[in-house]
Amino acid sequence: MSFVTVNNVSVKGIGACVPTQVYNNLSYQHVTEPERELFIKTTGIKERRVADAQTSTSDMCFEPAKQLIDKLQWDKSEIDVVIMVTQSPDYFIPGSAVILQDRLGLKKSCLAFDINLGCSGYVYGLYVLSNLLSSGQLKKGLLLVGDKSTVSTSYTDKSAYPLFGDAGSATALEFEEKANTMYFNLSSDGSGKDAIIIEHGGSRHGIQDDTFDLVDIEPGVQRAKRHLKLDGIDIFNFALREVPANVNELYNASQKNMSDTNYFVFHQANKLINESVRKKLKITDTTKVPYSINQFGNTSSASIPLTMITELTEQLSNHRQTLCLCGFGVGYSWGSAIIDFDKIVCLPLIEI
Amino acid sequence: MISVEEFTNQLAAEFEDVEPNTIFPDTNYRDIKNWSSMYALIIIAFIDANFDVQLNAENLKSTQTVRDLYNVVCEKMK
Repeated sequence: MSFVTVNNVSVKGIGACVPTQVYNNLSYQHVTEPERELFIKTTGIKERRVADAQTSTSDMCFEPAKQLIDKLQWDKSEIDVVIMVTQSPDYFIPGSAVILQDRLGLKKSCLAFDINLGCSGYVYGLYVLSNLLSSGQLKKGLLLVGDKSTVSTSYTDKSAYPLFGDAGSATALEFEEKANTMYFNLSSDGSGKDAIIIEHGGSRHGIQDDTFDLVDIEPGVQRAKRHLKLDGIDIFNFALREVPANVNELYNASQKNMSDTNYFVFHQANKLINESVRKKLKITDTTKVPYSINQFGNTSSASIPLTMITELTEQLSNHRQTLCLCGFGVGYSWGSAIIDFDKIVCLPLIEI
Repeated sequence: MISVEEFTNQLAAEFEDVEPNTIFPDTNYRDIKNWSSMYALIIIAFIDANFDVQLNAENLKSTQTVRDLYNVVCEKMK
C-alpha cells in the first residue's frame, strides 16, 4: 500500500470530449449475432465512439482544456503546469503536453510533461498534479487525460476490438489554502505487463518484418504484433484480487466511511468486472456507482472524468460531493482516491 | 458447501441463453451452445461472487466438466 495525502489543492472544473462517430457493437460483423448480444449483455458495451484518422488524442484534450480555461475565466499566464496522461500520444516524440502548452497559448515558463499510464492514469495524474500545486509555488494546473485506443486494436480480435472507445478530458486544479485533504492509495505490479501490451514498435522489439502480419491466436482472435493484446481472464483476476483491497485500505487509512461517499466512480473496464468489484466492496446502493460504459465503452484513462461528466454533472455542479475514484489496468497499475468536489464547473460533453 | 447438483443449477442459471435442463455435472462446459471466452469470465464472476474463490487461467485450462470446476472450488475453499 502507498497511502498518501495532499492538502491545499482543489479541483475547479472538468471537461470531457468524444468523437462524433458512433460504432454499435450490434453491427460487429466479425462475430455471430448471439456472440454480439452476449458481449453487450456481459460487458455492458453497446456503443463506442471512434475517432477518425485525422483526430489525435491531444485533439480530444485540447477542446475541453480550451473551453475549461474560458469557462473558469482563467488567465492563461497563470497556468503553471500542464500534464498529459496517455498511452496513445500524438507522436513517439515529442510528448503531447508540450504540444498542448503551445497550442493552448500557455506561457513558456509552464511545466509540461507526459505520464505513460492507462486505466489508472486519472487517479495517478490527480496525485502528481495536486502534489506539484500543494506547496503554493505553482498555482494553477491542467490535467489532460485521454486515449485513442482504437488506433491499436485489430478488427479481427474479438477480445479487444469491441471494448474500446476514444475520449479525452481536461481537469483544472488550483492551489487553495484550507482545501479539504485528498487521499490516495496507489500501487503497481509490473509482473502483469504481458496482460495488456502492444509488443512491437518500441525499443524492445522495434518494427520488424512481422510487426504488421496478422496472426491467428485462437478462434475469433487474429492480430499483429503492433496491435493491442488483452488477456481478459488475467485482467479479471487482477481486478478481483487488487481493486477491492486497494479501496478498503484507502478507507481504513483515511479513517473515512464508505457511507459518507456520495459516488464511487470506477474506471469503466467492463460491466462484469466492475459489478464484481462493487459486490466485493459491499456497495449495495447501485445508484452510487455510475456507468458510462454502455454508450462509450472502455475509454482507458479518460473513463473516470468522462463518467463524471456524463453521469454526475448535476450533482457536481450544484452540490459539494465526496467521490471515491478508482482506476486499474495496464501495467498492472491501480489506485484509488477520496476527493471532495465543491460545486465544480462541469462542461457539457464535447463532441468533435 | 452446496452439492455438485446445486452448483450446476446455479451456474446454469448464469447462462441465460442456455436452455433449462441441458447442463449436468458431467457436461463439458465448453460444449455449451454458443460457447465463447465470454462464458469463462461469467464463470469466474459467478464463482468469485458466490464462493469467494478466484479461478485463474490454469484452473480453467485444467478443467473440462462442471464437476471439475466444482472440485476446484471445493479444493480452494479448504
